[in-house]
Amino acid sequence: MTVDIACVGFGPAMGGFLTTLSRSLLNADGSVRLESTTSPGLPLQVICYERADGMGFGVSGAVTRGRGIRGSFPGVDLTEIPMAAAVKTEKVVYLLDPLRASRRTNLRPFAFKAADRVLRSLGLVFGLKHEAFELPFTPPFMQKHEGLVLSLGQFNQWVSDQVATSGMVQIWPGMPVAEPLIEGDAVAGVRLADQGTDLQGHPEAGFTPGMDLRAALTVVGDGPVGAVGRKIDADVNIGMPQGHESREWALGMKMVIELREDSGLEPGTVLHTIGFPEPEIFGFLYVHPERLASVGIFVPSWFRSPVRTAYRYLQHFMLHPYLWRYLERGTLKSWGAKSLQESGRHGEPYLAGNGYARIGEGSGSTNVLAGSGVDEAWTTGVQLAEAVIELTEQKRAFTRENLEATYVRRRRESWVDEESKIAADARNGFQQGVFTGMIGMAVAGLTGGRVTPASRPNPKSSGLPSLEDAYGSRISPVELKQMQEECAAKGTSLHDRIMDRCGWPQIPMDGKLLISHQDALLMGGGVQASAGYANHVKFRRPELCRACETKLCVEMCSGQALTRGEDAVPAFDREKCVYCGACLWNCAAEGDGTQGNVEFDAGAGGLHSTLN
Amino acid sequence: MTNGYHIVVCGSIVPDPLQTLEPVQTATGPALKNEMMLPAVLDPWAAHALYEAANLASKAAGSNSKVWLVSVGPKAKLQQVMMTIAQKVSFELVPVDSSASGFADAHATAALLAETIQSIPGLDRSRLLVFGGWESASRGAGATMQLVGERLGILDQFQGVDQIRVLDDVQADGSFEVLERIEGGRHQVSVCPGPPALFGWATGNLPEPRNNPQVGMANMRTVMPALQRAKSVPLPAGGLHFLSASPPKQQRQTRVVKDLPTEQIAREIAEWIGK
Repeated sequence: MTVDIACVGFGPAMGGFLTTLSRSLLNADGSVRLESTTSPGLPLQVICYERADGMGFGVSGAVTRGRGIRGSFPGVDLTEIPMAAAVKTEKVVYLLDPLRASRRTNLRPFAFKAADRVLRSLGLVFGLKHEAFELPFTPPFMQKHEGLVLSLGQFNQWVSDQVATSGMVQIWPGMPVAEPLIEGDAVAGVRLADQGTDLQGHPEAGFTPGMDLRAALTVVGDGPVGAVGRKIDADVNIGMPQGHESREWALGMKMVIELREDSGLEPGTVLHTIGFPEPEIFGFLYVHPERLASVGIFVPSWFRSPVRTAYRYLQHFMLHPYLWRYLERGTLKSWGAKSLQESGRHGEPYLAGNGYARIGEGSGSTNVLAGSGVDEAWTTGVQLAEAVIELTEQKRAFTRENLEATYVRRRRESWVDEESKIAADARNGFQQGVFTGMIGMAVAGLTGGRVTPASRPNPKSSGLPSLEDAYGSRISPVELKQMQEECAAKGTSLHDRIMDRCGWPQIPMDGKLLISHQDALLMGGGVQASAGYANHVKFRRPELCRACETKLCVEMCSGQALTRGEDAVPAFDREKCVYCGACLWNCAAEGDGTQGNVEFDAGAGGLHSTLN
Repeated sequence: MTNGYHIVVCGSIVPDPLQTLEPVQTATGPALKNEMMLPAVLDPWAAHALYEAANLASKAAGSNSKVWLVSVGPKAKLQQVMMTIAQKVSFELVPVDSSASGFADAHATAALLAETIQSIPGLDRSRLLVFGGWESASRGAGATMQLVGERLGILDQFQGVDQIRVLDDVQADGSFEVLERIEGGRHQVSVCPGPPALFGWATGNLPEPRNNPQVGMANMRTVMPALQRAKSVPLPAGGLHFLSASPPKQQRQTRVVKDLPTEQIAREIAEWIGK
């Protein structure tokens, strides 16, 4: 099948692209403005494939200044989008460790331990309450004062409804795209995933090989772990620019909580937290209308723990006295997780090439200094749409040269690029430690990027410390080894065990909000694995997994879809996979290329929640 | 049956079964909290009917058969669901912008469906088969399809259908053999002389069709214009009053165990229920 424009992945970037383009395909009198070359006489034939089962199954924080989004909807009150609220108050809060169990007790993030002591001893002076210290101001580079608290799921659904209603483009969920059709230095379209296979990908009854969709322009917006974007990155002809790589990541995990009636939180309240449950883990609480709140944490790749995980940390985060006074007696409405590509400008691929263009998070648009990605992604989509309009009207082909002169030029001249330059090296300091990293971020932000820490972080999982190095000061090597062996034998989480041993208390389950990890999958929206598709997570060289002791992919798996398999190769249960992609960047093995030993293909299904 | 069938499938949307639902009282009666924010799917019972209809239409002699999907629900949600359903089988959508609430009156819903079916241009009653779900994931009355049939004056009705087989190869008069579910896990076998007839489907025997991009593109040429033209019709309460509404009680005890023998799973469930 041939169309003019094939689009991969529906998120905010594709929303911006399709919203802008769909409005320009016809003239005001209904005549064709941008004519198709594949169907002469008709407008450009545009088709978009999204692997998830719905358009609203995305996951994000999300609080955004919304500059680009507002620009696309002049005169529209965006707070009418379900779960959207105007930002009213914004605070940065330092959370002390009330349990004295976090890694700050290990003296390594020394400054945090010292900060806790000073704040506690001078509590009255510093206004310490609920084991937390509210910073007197929010750094300007983080501020979202005129922005919006959003549910990305509801926002994506709202946008896709509007685009689909126009009837000008087609958006299809539940259709994973397996790979780009790379021909030399060009992308000629995409190949959809095979259907009617067993879990290993072998054809079964009703086998339908993935259809090739050829297009003059392929728009890649499948996010940081999307199969098409990563396969372009890995291609020998059109891969990443020299010196660019996507090695800095974070796993964001969140819950949408229905607050009790007297929680006291107003819609539009925005809290950014640092310090707890570990110094390296940032957190957030954003309040939506109708007593809903998004609460979550980011576990970054520079959190140098060989057993880093997220779910239990998220529970301890919610239980912090500063937050629990709001969240107590709340009810879980939704849960979700996603990987964030935090390499920013250093992870930027070629933004355009012959027959293709990259937009959104997978194109390095996320601003890691501002903690903002949705609006940036949206704006890159708008910029590409404007370029497509210009090129089509001038009857110019979608070549690298033409796309660079239109799309890339627009992006380079925009606030997205200007701010990404400021953010580019802002996180370098995390290589030396979290305190250095935070100071570096602050200095970079306050000086407009003129002063930044010098070195670049290299947080690849294989550079992680050993268990002994990470926990040896608190647990003897013999005991650590014993714990490791017992957990491997029982198939239980090593990180849970280590947390218990380090003094983290058991979670007081309440059946509503404090629930088991598996119940979060069931009660937080549910996970669906469509039949007829191959497993999308595979391990290229099993011998590498057998030699891997830490199996960080298992510890970090957001849905517990990866477990310790019988032959020491992780077992994958697709019915629990939420497609967060954490296994990709948490593989400690040196596999083929930069992404370790995990093969992460396009997969159907995943989370079924539109509230995240 | 050389001219093929005109198959009208009645199928609306329900909240995605993976969601946790919460009934609330509103000024107009009970509803599900934030139902418009929740993802929706084609009612699974009606989905079986749609797949069976498409299968029958594709196999009918002469290939002059056609499938319409009459769907009553909020236009925005119908549009979201059609993005998925339209990839699976060929049909022409006849949308009605109205309530898809599980608390709707079956009589009012049936009246609206019957009226909509009668207004489909070119529908040939002599070739008409009306399909729908025997039950519904949100309307448990199990009466709507029967009421639709009565309003359309269709005398041959079958409920709890798992299979129909055209007897062309035996009798060549267009008659069907119909398997309806009866108690005891058995089927009642009937012979229907042919259209017009109504079938309330149970699960049928067909798997969910694969997503086919070409089917999707073909369907969308009619689906989106139909949605844009969809009339907004309020669904009357029909004098229906609900004294209370509550979800089924759930008691959740999760334990993750791999490769447990079936017998042990059954034994543990039985013990758990017995507690």
